[in-house]
Amino acid sequence: MIAIVDYSAGNLRSVTNALGRIGAEWTLTSSPGVIARADRVLLPGVGHCGEALARLRDCEGLERCLLDLRVPVLGICVGMQMMCRHTEEGDAPGLGIFDTCVRRLSPLEPADKVPHMGWNSISNLEGRLMKGIPRGAYMYFVHSYYAPLCPDTIATTRYSSARGGMISAALGYENFFGTQFHPEKSGDAGEMILKNFLLL
Amino acid sequence: MLAKRIIPCLDVRDGRTVKGVNFRGLADVGDPVELGAAYAAAGADELVYLDISASIEGRGTFTAMVERVADRVNIPFTVGGGIRTAADAAALLDAGADKVTVNSAAVANPGLITEIASRYGSQFIVVAIDARRDAGGRWMVTTHGGTRRAGDLELFAWAREAVDRGAGEILFTSMDHDGTRSGYPCDVYRELCGSITVPVIASGGAGSPADIAAVLSEGGADAALAAGIFHYGNYTVGDIKRYLSKLDIPVRS
Repeated sequence: MIAIVDYSAGNLRSVTNALGRIGAEWTLTSSPGVIARADRVLLPGVGHCGEALARLRDCEGLERCLLDLRVPVLGICVGMQMMCRHTEEGDAPGLGIFDTCVRRLSPLEPADKVPHMGWNSISNLEGRLMKGIPRGAYMYFVHSYYAPLCPDTIATTRYSSARGGMISAALGYENFFGTQFHPEKSGDAGEMILKNFLLL
Repeated sequence: MLAKRIIPCLDVRDGRTVKGVNFRGLADVGDPVELGAAYAAAGADELVYLDISASIEGRGTFTAMVERVADRVNIPFTVGGGIRTAADAAALLDAGADKVTVNSAAVANPGLITEIASRYGSQFIVVAIDARRDAGGRWMVTTHGGTRRAGDLELFAWAREAVDRGAGEILFTSMDHDGTRSGYPCDVYRELCGSITVPVIASGGAGSPADIAAVLSEGGADAALAAGIFHYGNYTVGDIKRYLSKLDIPVRS
């Protein structure tokens, strides 16, 4: 059973639909007791990262419970950003799992747009979450904040063709993983990442 | 780098696709869910579903269809047609749509853009603009499928206002080119892309892959929305992408 952490983060339908398509069983919950017993934990995220962290912290015992998990955990988009040390969006401390701080995207050259929205290719793939994903596979991104490259980076993408335009597309540390892109909206390649998550 | 997107557009009336493409092996091209899934499998980057139902019953059917699309299709999709209020948009979000598109209703009430963007985020709202060139050479906004002129509202000013109000993308259709299959006005797209900071989707006028290549390269558009080229042109999404790829235009393969 996959526990999808439900801290009133908004519409979780695309995530639950995607899990349904690959035949996974899931439950929506904010209960630390249920999450602690799950085989897999998924931390979705839409909207404002600082506010999402505040809502998560309003659920008693939830932050501690997430940090203590030994089963595979996957954060998606803002969910990944929440797992970093800090975010500029709302100037809030994160869960501190990934050793990097989330920053606001800013155009490095006139052609760059914020938000970074659409299909972009991922490279420098590492680890079991990325198993079988071809280098250069396209994933669907929609975000205005990003995690810079860091030792936890397990996939990169190029936001801008300018120097310094490479950012983290995914992060991994021990049993914790995060994707900046939306695997649930990334076609067959995204589906493969969700399947890999089930096999971790 | 971001890939240029190819976006098939499906018109839906009373829950059925109008002008369906005949995919090989697809039993029912009139089913918008099956057709959308076939486009996704063929390499479409996103889908747009436009509700052209005239009746209340048709609209109810559309929301139910959106739920089935969300369940089945694994790429982003936008829905539009008949969205008048933020509550209309919210119902489609709840049904599983990734984005909504508004056109005439936003011209009548620009606050609708602000309201939807502030509640659900800019990534959720695409503002569609139909315009045609007037005798003086100015691009003037039209509504109701190009049949009415929207007062003195001009394309570039309206696009900038829509973005300032929170539009996440602009979908621009030249009513002088729509349905002609003679290509897009690339100079206008170039100017539009230079004047706003959000992605621009080109729509209306494509007759060949070369037209699409032109609007994505010379025109600078981020995506091309198309319907007729798939219905009448005998081109698949794959044909168009292979053509673009040969010209070194980045596409998702």
